[in-house]
Amino acid sequence: MNIYDFLSPPVETARRTGPHDRIVMSSRVRLARNLRGFAFPGWAKKNERVKALEIIRPAVECLPQLTGAFSETMDNLGPLDKQILVERHLISREHAAKSTGSGLVLNKEESLCVMINEEDHLRMQALRPGLQLRQAWMAMDQIDSELERKLDYAFSSELGYLTACPTNLGTGIRVSAMLHLPGLVLAEQITQIISSVNKLGLAVRGLYGEGTEALGNVFQVSNQMTLGEVETDIVERLNKVLLQIIEHEDNARNVLLEKKPKIVYNHVGRAYGILANAHSITSKETMNLLSLMRLGVDLGEFPPAERALIDELFVITQPAHLQKQFTGKLGAEERDLLRADMLRERLHHVSRPNPKTAAGGGPALDKRN
Amino acid sequence: MLCMLCKQNPAKVHLTQIVENKMQKVDLCEECARQKGVNDPASFSLADLLLGLGASQEIAQTASGVEIRCPACGFTQADFKKAGRLGCAQCYATFSEGLESLLKSMHKGIKHLGKVPVALRQGRDLNERLKHLQKKLDKAVTAEDFEQAASLRDEIKLTRSQLDSMPAKVTP
Repeated sequence: MNIYDFLSPPVETARRTGPHDRIVMSSRVRLARNLRGFAFPGWAKKNERVKALEIIRPAVECLPQLTGAFSETMDNLGPLDKQILVERHLISREHAAKSTGSGLVLNKEESLCVMINEEDHLRMQALRPGLQLRQAWMAMDQIDSELERKLDYAFSSELGYLTACPTNLGTGIRVSAMLHLPGLVLAEQITQIISSVNKLGLAVRGLYGEGTEALGNVFQVSNQMTLGEVETDIVERLNKVLLQIIEHEDNARNVLLEKKPKIVYNHVGRAYGILANAHSITSKETMNLLSLMRLGVDLGEFPPAERALIDELFVITQPAHLQKQFTGKLGAEERDLLRADMLRERLHHVSRPNPKTAAGGGPALDKRN
Repeated sequence: MLCMLCKQNPAKVHLTQIVENKMQKVDLCEECARQKGVNDPASFSLADLLLGLGASQEIAQTASGVEIRCPACGFTQADFKKAGRLGCAQCYATFSEGLESLLKSMHKGIKHLGKVPVALRQGRDLNERLKHLQKKLDKAVTAEDFEQAASLRDEIKLTRSQLDSMPAKVTP
């Protein structure tokens, strides 16, 4: 089956909701595991990787949570399919570069995704919309416990789960959340927040993880230390920090609206103006402007129902998703034209932002959660 | 401000380096700075320190000139320096000496406190039970309570066979 047919259409994924989802776009818990007696994928010869894949894949496929899952080897996925998976945040860019000897198993709800022979033999992730780290950890823990009955994990009682990179050693856990923080960026407080979060031993990264820029004001916050601490403590610590970041973001938005409303309305209005009227626009500019429109929805300048549309556009205006809708290979410039056409059409019914309906006197910003 | 590495002493050495247009900052106490050889900025790369690649040098030092090679997978310290990743699970034992300070610098502790595979946990429990029974048996024998000793011996036998029937993989 084609991966694009398997994935839920973006119009549906954009409607998924979760706690604090105005600010927390998604939560993720990832575990790294390896098989005893096999070299790590980066060092193993091709036949050894294939052998490991042949052991792991059936074990993962027959988990009850993965009934009806999409399961494929990476050499059977085309470059466009792989890029679509990256744009959906289901696989890492490293994994997209893999071919023979690597695999992917993804459940129908797109809440569980197992990468086989990425940097480690197993990289399993549980994904949830909004702030749901505990739920994601519980789901992940359960899968892991079921798999350990079938697979012989590389484990040492001293160092825990042994991973290819010493940075993942011990629990092999990476707990992360994707945050939309336009308020902190506009208020120029983001650098300060990032540096205090770093001091707590947490990492802040861009939209696509390691070494990527924060397009669309989206930041990924995750734990860095994996050894010498219990999983639940790591989850709770991150959860606590995220709640604080949410509060800071809310405050930043409130203060901006109170002290510099014109600056905010100007940003949102211009974002709308360009997105709804441009005839050529890059993916990067699109994301940055959609982020401001999303802020506009949160502030009440657009009807709340438009947020799903904006979240959908976030996905379908990215290069691979755009390419998928057209036959024939598109160049970057052609894509910019087609992207602009699509945005004009989809935003046609959305009326201009209205500062009068903004949250100034209305309901508080993210207090509904 | 505390030292980034030991997180105990106040940081007195502050370094900033620009590598590929990216600014990197490190704050260290004097002790850690000396250990990392930071006093020679020319030969020192923050990236190495931050990414832990500096450990490859430490591995090399412990080898005292002789190259260590992982018996299981053939991985060497030079490979680690290049990849920043290890070759196989066995490498952690092979390069344990050099890895320890690296792990100290990147993690909260160097002893795993998290999840343990159930089978391993059960094995551990059985081992503890065995020790406990053995102690009781010794006491019973000393007290010349042979009836109890006999029943304890049966229990020990049972526990041993349970332990033996467990898959070999779970031995720590």
